[in-house]
Parts: sequence; structure tokens; C-alpha cells
Amino acid sequence: MKPAPFSYVRPASLEEAVRVLAAGGGAARPLAGGQSLVPMLNLRLAPAEQVVDLTRIEALRRVEDRGTSVFYGALTPHAAFEDGKVPDASNGLMRHVAERFAFRAVRNRGTIGGAIALADPAADWLPTVIALGARLHVAGPEGERIIPAEEFVLGPYFTALGEGEILVGVEVPKLAASARWGYSKVTTKVGEYAESMAIAVVDRARRSARIVLGAADGAPIVLADLAARLLDGARPEDLAAAIRAELVASERDFAPAKLVMHTTTIVRAARDAVS
Amino acid sequence: MKVPVSLTVNGERVAAEIEPRTHLGDFLRDHLRLTATHLGCEHGVCGACTVLVNGEPVRACITLAVSIDGAEVKTLEGLQGEALMETLKAAFHEKHGLQCGFCTPGMLISAWDLLKRRRDLDERAVRVAMSGNLCRCTGYQGIVRSIMAAAEKVGAAAPSTIKEPLR
Repeated sequence: MKPAPFSYVRPASLEEAVRVLAAGGGAARPLAGGQSLVPMLNLRLAPAEQVVDLTRIEALRRVEDRGTSVFYGALTPHAAFEDGKVPDASNGLMRHVAERFAFRAVRNRGTIGGAIALADPAADWLPTVIALGARLHVAGPEGERIIPAEEFVLGPYFTALGEGEILVGVEVPKLAASARWGYSKVTTKVGEYAESMAIAVVDRARRSARIVLGAADGAPIVLADLAARLLDGARPEDLAAAIRAELVASERDFAPAKLVMHTTTIVRAARDAVS
Repeated sequence: MKVPVSLTVNGERVAAEIEPRTHLGDFLRDHLRLTATHLGCEHGVCGACTVLVNGEPVRACITLAVSIDGAEVKTLEGLQGEALMETLKAAFHEKHGLQCGFCTPGMLISAWDLLKRRRDLDERAVRVAMSGNLCRCTGYQGIVRSIMAAAEKVGAAAPSTIKEPLR
């Protein structure tokens, strides 16, 4: 349970971090809160020749209310959401999510940017920020760019980040007061990764709805058909068959029991968002 | 190649040259001989190695010592004589909060933080909040009882959980 030896560098600026990561190629790994990376290093599941510690880069800690959105720096710890220490763009959804994963000692050090950049298929922030229509700010050797959250993850632990690119922060558009959300998660034990989780954000007054399934054996699934039906006034309880069909159409090859579980969390999240 | 690290541990400044892969748990135990911090799973699951970094509980086994350079660390040794910790320790003694004692340092530090942060604790809230600390002896009954007893003493329990009328 000890990591293999690696070298360590602690850049003071974003530019320096990008340079070091790009030069290191795949063998250099960025470190944020380390709550996934360090266990993976301890178990020797993640090879790393060099660890690039991002925690002293002030630009990654910035949290800003930008009027119509809130920008959360990548190093914002989960506990800051849990404790309401950062402005809320989500009518309480982000706080609700943050209180319900892992354990306090992990939430104190783990960060929203680290969790998203790792792209663990069963983790909670990804489906959350996709449901909220967030924009992910990225810095790299070619400068800065913005990636819509739903385009960020390509597969399990596989993101759109290129060599030397760093997730700088998550910009979440503020929900209108009329927007409602629902959240449903199945875990085998408190604090464990989800077996299934669904998040629905519905604003019927503004004709917008987004329902996202996480823990879906890959990138989170955005259920566009379900969103359209909900906006047409359908009751989520009546849509189990349609949800199942939409999941089957995603070609993820879910086991029958998983299909039932996912359909259930989706119905529950959607019901709570429209009731 | 070794890297320099300097921390304040239990109020004392320490500086050392360590391998970057040294996690905080090994640093505390092997370099500073502070053995109250126990290492169980060493991948962030069991909670036995929970210590305070800048006042907040973290898992020492999945925190690289070098990455918290400059931080203030408190272990169970450093909380000796602290009022809330003494209340907790007495409660663990009275209510059978431990058997073998391996998980106890982590239990005490997580519970200490819980009682500092919350004023609405009932049995379920304690169980949820302590779910990241594993015990293989007690079946948790004694631990939950101990923490609830301490919570009532320091005013961290939800009013509905207190059975005897307050004087």
C-alpha cells in the first residue's frame, strides 16, 4: 500500500503547470485534493513518474458570482458546497449532492475540479454539472477554451482534456427561481460510489428540462426524450417504459437488473423535479 | 529524490527531507514517532488514520505529506487535555466505545469534528456521519452510544433525543 517512487513538482502558476504537464506527457499526473489519485498511487493502479501538485495555484481557487452564473475554481473542496461557503447557482442542488458522497474527511480535501477531471463513471459531480448545463473552463498549451459539461467525458476515466490541459473551473449558470430539481441515488453503503444516480432539473415555466443518469458504465447519459415528454406535461410515474426504451437505445448493454434500477432512480428524480 | 517539507505538528515546527511518495500517516508514525495515528487500509477506506489538517479531519494515508507543506497538523496526541476530546474519551470509556482500540483514534477525531460542527445530532445523523470510520469489533452500538452521550453533554444533540428533562 505504498506508492512506487515518483518525482514531485509544485508549480506556482497555471502557465508553469501547463508547461510541466505538457513536457511530462502521460507520465506526469496532476494532483488536486488527491482523494482518488493517492489511493490509486497507493494501490499502484495509476502509474505516475511525476506528480504535479496544483494545490498552490491561486487561479484554481477563485470562486466568483458572475451575475447570471457562478464560477467555481477547480480546487473548491466538496465541503465548501456542503457547508454553503460558496455562492449557490443551483437552488440548493449542489449542496444536496455534496453532502451525500464519500465521507467528511474526504470531502474536506477532495475538489470539484479533481473529481470532474478524473471522470470516474460512478462519481457524483459529473451528472450534476451536466444536469445544470455547466461550462468547463480549461487552460492548456494552446490557451484557454470552454467545453460544455456534456461534451467533456468521452468514456470511463477518459475526457476531452488534451495533453497539458488543466481544468481551471466550472461555470454554472444560475437556475431561475422557478426551476426545480430531483435527485435519486442508490448505493450499497453510505458514502460509497453510486450503483445508480439520476438528477433532473426542470423549469416548466421556461420550457427547459434536463435529466441525467450517472453511474452508467461510461459518460453520463442525457435523457433528451424524457425531457421533451416532461415538458409536454407527462407524469414521470407513467414513463417507466419510455425511460427503459431510451436507456436501451443508448446501447450501453445494461444488465436487466441495472435497467430496472436506473429506470427507478430516473423516475424518482424526475418526479421530485416536477411535483 | 528527497524533497523538503515543513509542518507544524501538535504545535511544534518540524522540518524534514522526505521522499515525495511519503504519505502523512507514514510521516507521523515513522519520522515523528507519533503512533496514535493508526494505519489500517492505507487507501482511504477505513478512517483509522484520520487526523486534523488546518483544523479539519483528513485521511493521513491518502494525503501526501509534501503536498500539505506549511500546514498545521493535529493528531490525537495533540488533543490530550483538550476539553471536548476529554469528554469524548470519557464517554468512550463509559459506554464501551471500543474493544481492541485500533479504530479508536480515527473514531475520536471524526467524532470531535462532528461535535464541533453540528448541533442537531441524533443517532441516525451520527451513524451517517461516522460511516467513513470502520470498526470490526463493536458492531458500532457502543460507539454510537458514546458519541451521543458526549453530544448530549456538550449540547450537540438534537433536543428530541434527550430523554431526561433539562434542568
